[in-house]
Amino acid sequence: MNRATLDLWVGFFVAIGLAALLFLALKVGNLASSNVGETYQLQAEFDNIGGLKIRAPVKSAGVVVGRVADIRFDPESYKAAVSMKIDARYKFPRDTILTINTSGILGEQYVGFEVGGDTEMLKNGDTVKKTQSAVVLEKLISQFMFNKAQDESK
Amino acid sequence: MPANGLTRALQGLGRRVTDRIWRLGFAARFLMATVMYSGTALRRFNLTIREIYFTGVLSLIIILVSGLFVGMVLGLQGYDTLQRYGSSEALGILVALSLVRELGPVVAALLFASRAGSAITAEIGLMKATEQLSAMEMMAVDPIARVVAPRFWAGVISMPLLAMLFSAMGIFGGYLVGVQLIGVDEGSFWSQMQASVDFREDIMNGVIKSFVFGAIISWIAVFEGYDCEPTAEGVSGATTRTVVTSSLAILAADFILTALMFRGA
Repeated sequence: MNRATLDLWVGFFVAIGLAALLFLALKVGNLASSNVGETYQLQAEFDNIGGLKIRAPVKSAGVVVGRVADIRFDPESYKAAVSMKIDARYKFPRDTILTINTSGILGEQYVGFEVGGDTEMLKNGDTVKKTQSAVVLEKLISQFMFNKAQDESK
Repeated sequence: MPANGLTRALQGLGRRVTDRIWRLGFAARFLMATVMYSGTALRRFNLTIREIYFTGVLSLIIILVSGLFVGMVLGLQGYDTLQRYGSSEALGILVALSLVRELGPVVAALLFASRAGSAITAEIGLMKATEQLSAMEMMAVDPIARVVAPRFWAGVISMPLLAMLFSAMGIFGGYLVGVQLIGVDEGSFWSQMQASVDFREDIMNGVIKSFVFGAIISWIAVFEGYDCEPTAEGVSGATTRTVVTSSLAILAADFILTALMFRGA
């Protein structure tokens, strides 16, 4: 086989290989949507974060508005300190309530923003005061059993 | 005498162990030499391009077809399991993550080892058996720079491209079975996939894995070829050893890389 044909085939091979990488990056992965551009950081402390993970979505009204950037344990307050990166296009009032929700029964957990009515908006680096912990299934069940037992003993 | 038999067994064991360690040291020195002499392979790049044709382009068909079938099987099996939990929309995540993280790099590397690695070993081994390598040395051409290094780099370059193609074809196969044949919702198939496949965490780690596998396969293949006994049996034994050793090395390296990359997160 002469050189030109060889080069042509190798060029074709490299081109479709890179096209496959592009397909994976844009259509399969989140490269197209992850670069939302400007973000600002918010902190919040939860009593219990359940199964929340880093990179979990932050949603308001079901729309993804940011991602969980970091989760740490605060040794002073014995709470979970969660920091989030929020898309700079979206501003939220200062009395927004943060909840940890689950999408579907077995789905992933996310941070939900219940928007309040304050006129002042949250700024970069602010800490959200009002938070609601994740629902732990075992606690719910034990509460239910406890109530049931109390009812029966009456 | 039992004592005598025991001594001989221990001697044999010791000899085999030292032999293995000696070979490992020689292989490491050989890799160093290959990398040091790869200036020629990269400067006269058409040597490497020729080898990319033989290792990469000629492996395209087997990689593309296997990728398609692996993806289609993942689609069928994944759907069967997921629909029991009522979450068949997650089929896209299952297919994409298992291909991009594991199956793409690993299965493509196993196929590449048996398709291209064995051919490299046989070619270099035969060159040695027919004394072409000695002839090159006589002409003051370094066989490591002229024969070994281009084949090594061709393998390192081809492997990630083949792994990407394998993953892309597999996802396409999963899409064909899942969406077109079974009827999973197309929108949620792609959007759930995009929401949980991360470019840096998943796709780039897969690319890094396939680079490592490419280097391992090429290293083992050129070494076994260069080191083989210059006889017909020697070449056939070396070819077999290439496939067996590189398959085992790929799986072991995959475990180590996975443990490093995906621990906990």
